[in-house]
Amino acid sequence: MKAAAFDYVRPASVAEALELLRRHGDAAKLISGGQSLVPALNLRLLAPEILIDLGGLDLRSIAMDGGVLRIGALARHVDLLNSALVAEHAPLLALAMPHIAHPAIRNRGTIGGNLAHADPASELPAVMQALDAAIVVEGADGTRRVDARDFFTGIYETVLAADEMIVGVEIPVAEAGRRFFFHEFSRRSGDYAIVGLAAAATVAGGTASDVRLCYFAVGDKATLAEGAGAALSAGPMSVERVAAAQAALAEDLSPQDDQQGSAATRMHLARVVLARATAALFDDPALAGRTAA
Amino acid sequence: MNEHNPLTALDRPNSYIGRALPRPNLTRLLQGRGQYVSDMSLPRMAHVAFVRSPYAHARINGIDATEAKAMPGVVAVVTGKELAEVCTPWVGVLSHLKGLKSAPQHAIAVDRACWQGEAVCAVIAETRAAAEDAAERVMVDYEELEPVTDMMTALDSETPLIHPELGDNLAFERNLDVGEVDKAFAEADAVVEAEFVFGRHTGVTLEPRAVIGDWNPGEERLTVYQGTQAPHMMQNIIAKHLGLEEAQVRVVCKDVGGSFGIKVHVYPDEMAVVALSKLLRRPVKYVADRIESFNTDIHARDHRCKAKIAVKADGLITGFAIDDVTGIGPYSMYPRTSAIEANQVVNLVGGQYTNQNYRARTRVVFQNKNVTCQYRAVGHPIACSITEGLVDLAAREIGMDPAAMRRRNLIPDDAYPCAAASGLKFESLSHHASLDKLLSMMDYDGLRAEQAELRKRGIYRGIGLATFIEVTNPSAAFYGVGGARISSQDGVAIRLEATGRIIVQTSITEQGQGSEAITAQVAAHALGVPMERVRVILGDTDNTPYGGGTWASRAAGIGGEAAWQAGKALRTNILAVAASILQADADALDIVDAKVVDKGTDVERMPLEEVARIAYFRPDTLPPGFQPELMAVRHFVPREYPFAFTNGIQASWLEVDPDTGFVTLLKHWCVEDCGTIINPQLVDEQIRGGIVQGIGPALYEHCLYDERGQLTNASMADYLVPMASEMPDIEVGHVVSPTMESELGAKGAGEAGTAGAPAAVVNAVNDALAPFDVRIVEIPMTPEVILRALGKI
Repeated sequence: MKAAAFDYVRPASVAEALELLRRHGDAAKLISGGQSLVPALNLRLLAPEILIDLGGLDLRSIAMDGGVLRIGALARHVDLLNSALVAEHAPLLALAMPHIAHPAIRNRGTIGGNLAHADPASELPAVMQALDAAIVVEGADGTRRVDARDFFTGIYETVLAADEMIVGVEIPVAEAGRRFFFHEFSRRSGDYAIVGLAAAATVAGGTASDVRLCYFAVGDKATLAEGAGAALSAGPMSVERVAAAQAALAEDLSPQDDQQGSAATRMHLARVVLARATAALFDDPALAGRTAA
Repeated sequence: MNEHNPLTALDRPNSYIGRALPRPNLTRLLQGRGQYVSDMSLPRMAHVAFVRSPYAHARINGIDATEAKAMPGVVAVVTGKELAEVCTPWVGVLSHLKGLKSAPQHAIAVDRACWQGEAVCAVIAETRAAAEDAAERVMVDYEELEPVTDMMTALDSETPLIHPELGDNLAFERNLDVGEVDKAFAEADAVVEAEFVFGRHTGVTLEPRAVIGDWNPGEERLTVYQGTQAPHMMQNIIAKHLGLEEAQVRVVCKDVGGSFGIKVHVYPDEMAVVALSKLLRRPVKYVADRIESFNTDIHARDHRCKAKIAVKADGLITGFAIDDVTGIGPYSMYPRTSAIEANQVVNLVGGQYTNQNYRARTRVVFQNKNVTCQYRAVGHPIACSITEGLVDLAAREIGMDPAAMRRRNLIPDDAYPCAAASGLKFESLSHHASLDKLLSMMDYDGLRAEQAELRKRGIYRGIGLATFIEVTNPSAAFYGVGGARISSQDGVAIRLEATGRIIVQTSITEQGQGSEAITAQVAAHALGVPMERVRVILGDTDNTPYGGGTWASRAAGIGGEAAWQAGKALRTNILAVAASILQADADALDIVDAKVVDKGTDVERMPLEEVARIAYFRPDTLPPGFQPELMAVRHFVPREYPFAFTNGIQASWLEVDPDTGFVTLLKHWCVEDCGTIINPQLVDEQIRGGIVQGIGPALYEHCLYDERGQLTNASMADYLVPMASEMPDIEVGHVVSPTMESELGAKGAGEAGTAGAPAAVVNAVNDALAPFDVRIVEIPMTPEVILRALGKI
């Protein structure tokens, strides 16, 4: 389990990194925290000719800018976990952080690396979509902002071009009355989820609005369950409304079999977590629909 | 021990037996100063990477190594055929397992690969990375053959034969029929049947298998540095297959990062490494990487067992019957064989109960998957899960409390010696005392009340009990009688150094469980010296007495007794020298705190270093004809009982979420009886670690093969070992029934935890889900298994 030989370069600026990317194209891989890339190298699943180490770039800041929380691509999971700004302005992100792997991985893994990797079982792509975040991408032609909903295209696939890199994310700050829920079913603490849900909704007068339910580990990418979200916000909340939203998941999601669980198990758990999310968002345990003998 | 036996001399100085003392090797290991084979480097050492079969079953039509040989840093590329010139094949059978058959197995596959991951070619290079680079360039011409993967159809006539020369895919079959089984089932008030499924799993060691072969042509000797549990066994086998005299092979086993039975076997790739060293006349090193570990470290379990129990309305068990099948891979592992686990299942089912009507059949079949063999608690968790699963199901059927059901049937504590239906002989067990202690520790009645209260609120918690018996201190009955040169005795040599310090050489080995600590404790106690004065040497065939090593819960009971007897012998010898110097009666002298004293008053006469000084440097002052012997050697093996059985009982308390199928472990208890406890902390660690290794397969661990025989989860991300976050607090209690076979009275404790934990957890899940009338007899109990049982998916 030794990586194949590769060249290594550590640029001092984003411009230099982009130039290296342009020059080496598909033969290069960007490395930030390396928590997914290094195992893939050691398993020889990937054998890039050159690694471009982003560790020297100044992209670690977490800052408020007007109504937007800006997070640099190289902010580590542990930085987000410990950030007061994240806790205050992006509470859903704060809720998700403890579920991301283990401390050793959180100490090195970065938000930019995580999003670029686009693991369908990863938490952050779902959180970004639930929070309506923009992913800030830089390339030869300048900077563009990609809606998180449009960023992920499949298993380990994104809209990033070969000569582009993520430099940060922008998250609109949480408005008053916005409520959040995060949960994932994983066999052991820190494992990949079998099913996970990042949810946000505005709750007022027994009714939900602007419901964003983003599932992960249920398909080839984190997926907004738009039908279920619409069903939940169609009128005053009730057990029947939860059931209707659960039924809508059949259209929203296309889970697959793998060794952690069958598609049927995933769909079942997706329905369960939807009811629990609703119960939590409305602070009404009766909506969770728990089984009783 | 003192609470049970106030007459021991625990309040004297140097009384170490029964005390929770830190291990002498702790500081060294915690400072990262251990000497693991993985860390070792020798001058001119080369590294091996193996080309391994991507197919479960394939003919090897040819191997083209031209390109690989031209890669930078490559020393050699060696095929199975080439290696067979220096290393003969073996057949993993034992004569006392009648009918057991297997096929010759080579260190590297010669013309056919029989499981995915079997080595087909070795690449030796200056570094492991260079070897891996070159291994990618070895072109193997495979012709894929139909794999045999389903053990349930392995014996069908249309299934291809893995070894046509054997005539079928049946490696071993054993049948047992004791008492009046048909009558018992015919006359039972209730009969409960179930088909138990035990997933295939493995033992995951922190340090993978590691070996260095160092052939020295100058002295025609091979030194093997190996993470092994049985150095003398390895010495014998390496010599035998490399055409050497045993005296030409030295096996050195320094620190080992965990073994659990994984490292007591003869692995073809490790044999290849030592053979390559001889072939290449230089040191050759191999450390398995994690994928290789999952694909080639022995797997275990993989049983499917139809079983039934006959009971009377009052709870009396009147019969057990089992029909078991297990798949062991394409070969029976060498030299301990892959039939032992199935054999143990037959031996152990129902062994804790008075019932004497028992019928069993087990069939051990070949398949194209990795080889299975003995892993911690061989057969025990299977037998215990079947027995205790049936007892709980029967208790439910007749409406009896599970604890009361066990009390009704466990062999009474005053019934010993006696024998199980299968013929196992029990010297002295304590099932009822253990059950009573456990129920009191866990507040069984209080917990039942809490469970009932919580159920009203839609919270489903369960209590699972599992009584067990454990084979420890094996005599020659395990392997020696079957013709294997695996020693069941152990030896200890102990000597007084000129400075008054003590050197102990023992044939047991240390893999992290504390063998070194208990040896030092026993020796210091026997001799009457501070433990700090004692240095223990183990794991070196050149420098320890001949013996078995550490496996099958034997180190403390057998090696410990050898240390005790050797310590006593040296004490006698020292006192003889002292008596001669002091012109005293040796019987009136004693050794306390490394000083010769007057027995009774403890008045100091002379320190041990003075005895040593005179004996070693001024023997001229001793009486003519008196020869001091400041070294003593003693060996021990149990002779009266083939095994020293221990017993115990575990309980699990957990919560099941019926909507998700997720299980939360809340608490686990174990009361066990390993006889005399030498170091309570080490015993408790063994029990706790063992329980975790039993919970693993109950809920998490599973080697998942697809229908083509591909292992699909060979990584630490996909193969789920139990982790601290999910583990419950584990409370351990003891009952002490020493074995009378030894003066020390110690039995083994290494496997008790693993033996009972799966059954306790399964029974607790079933108990939690009892309101849903659910019955789960399959492990691992994944959320999916539980959801399916609940009809949710």
